[in-house]
Amino acid sequence: MQKTFIVIAAYNEERSISDVVHGLKKEGYHGRNIIVVDDGSNDNTFKEAQKAGATVLKHAINRGQGAALRTGMDYSLKHKAEIIVHFDADGQHNPKEVKDIIQPIINKEADVALGSRFLSKKSDVPLIKRIVLKMGVVFTFIFSGIWLTDTHNGFRAFSRKAAENIEITQDKMEHASEIIDLIKLKNIKYREIPVTIKYTKHSMEKGQSPLNSIRIAARLIWTKFLR
Amino acid sequence: MISILQIIVTLFIVFALSRAIFRFRDKQINLLELVFWCLLWIAAGVVLFIPQATNPIARLLNVGRGIDVPVYLSIVLLFYLVFRLYVKLDSINQNITKIVREVAIKKKK
Ligand SMILES: Nc1nc2c(ncn2[C@@H]2O[C@H](COP(=O)(O)OP(=O)(O)O)[C@@H](O)[C@H]2O)c(=O)[nH]1
Ligand SMILES: [Mg+2]
Repeated sequence: MQKTFIVIAAYNEERSISDVVHGLKKEGYHGRNIIVVDDGSNDNTFKEAQKAGATVLKHAINRGQGAALRTGMDYSLKHKAEIIVHFDADGQHNPKEVKDIIQPIINKEADVALGSRFLSKKSDVPLIKRIVLKMGVVFTFIFSGIWLTDTHNGFRAFSRKAAENIEITQDKMEHASEIIDLIKLKNIKYREIPVTIKYTKHSMEKGQSPLNSIRIAARLIWTKFLR
Repeated sequence: MISILQIIVTLFIVFALSRAIFRFRDKQINLLELVFWCLLWIAAGVVLFIPQATNPIARLLNVGRGIDVPVYLSIVLLFYLVFRLYVKLDSINQNITKIVREVAIKKKK
């Protein structure tokens, strides 16, 4: 089996991080390969993740999910990861599906596997979230020239080669679009894989607000053309 | 007739000019920048005492009054400065992230 690392960016997730780590361990992943990046949380995320047996890195101050994922990826690459998975800390992803998302990488059918909640019928996506996500799909098509069913899904897998090649520079939530932009730009082989996203009261309260997507789009356009 | 406003603004211009000269002496700005600031503040002084001086420029640029020219220019300048600030902030942010990320990985070892 190829050495798989799971990178979890966590910001104030003391309530869910322990279950997430335990869920992944139950699927056979060792704590050594479960990398939680505590992104300057002001709750007990760090302790909870450590107690659960994950490898925990700590950002001294909050820098955003993109920055935290990059830290986790750098660490994983340094420790000879062959496959790197991005996984959410808020319990919305299903640990049982990690084996599905790494499948195309193992089989060498793709270098990046992107989770899609719209390819399977099992995700109960709230209407507003559905609309915002579909707008994201259209935006991505215009911005990067690539048509996917679900562009803003935090569940992905990379081959080592792809992880080395895709350098996230966006610190905050813009990284999701940036990754797709780089896949297109660098002609990386990708695959969409059906995944289920769980919507709970906790995840909806904490999740991204639709209004934030406008800020994200503005920033993406700004950096693409002016940085 | 010199108005109160003119006195206050004159004092401010003198202060700003001296600041520019001191900063040049301390090598915080270069000669070109010094010349730029001096010209800017001297021009401000001229406009302050002889507002009509701007009328030829107004005619040239096709705006109503000469005094409108610096107002328009100021807006353009402000936009430019805000833009510069945003770029600067962006690069500072990137640098902070770099440090935070590096410390996180070094500490883990
Ligand atoms: N490192 C880091 N992770 C974050 C930050 N904000 C959110 N996250 C994590 O990113 C994941 C997805 O974020 P979320 O807000 O739930 O996005 P949504 O599910 O798309 O609404 C979760 O695991 C969060 O813990 C942040 O500022 N820094
Ligand atoms: Mg979420």
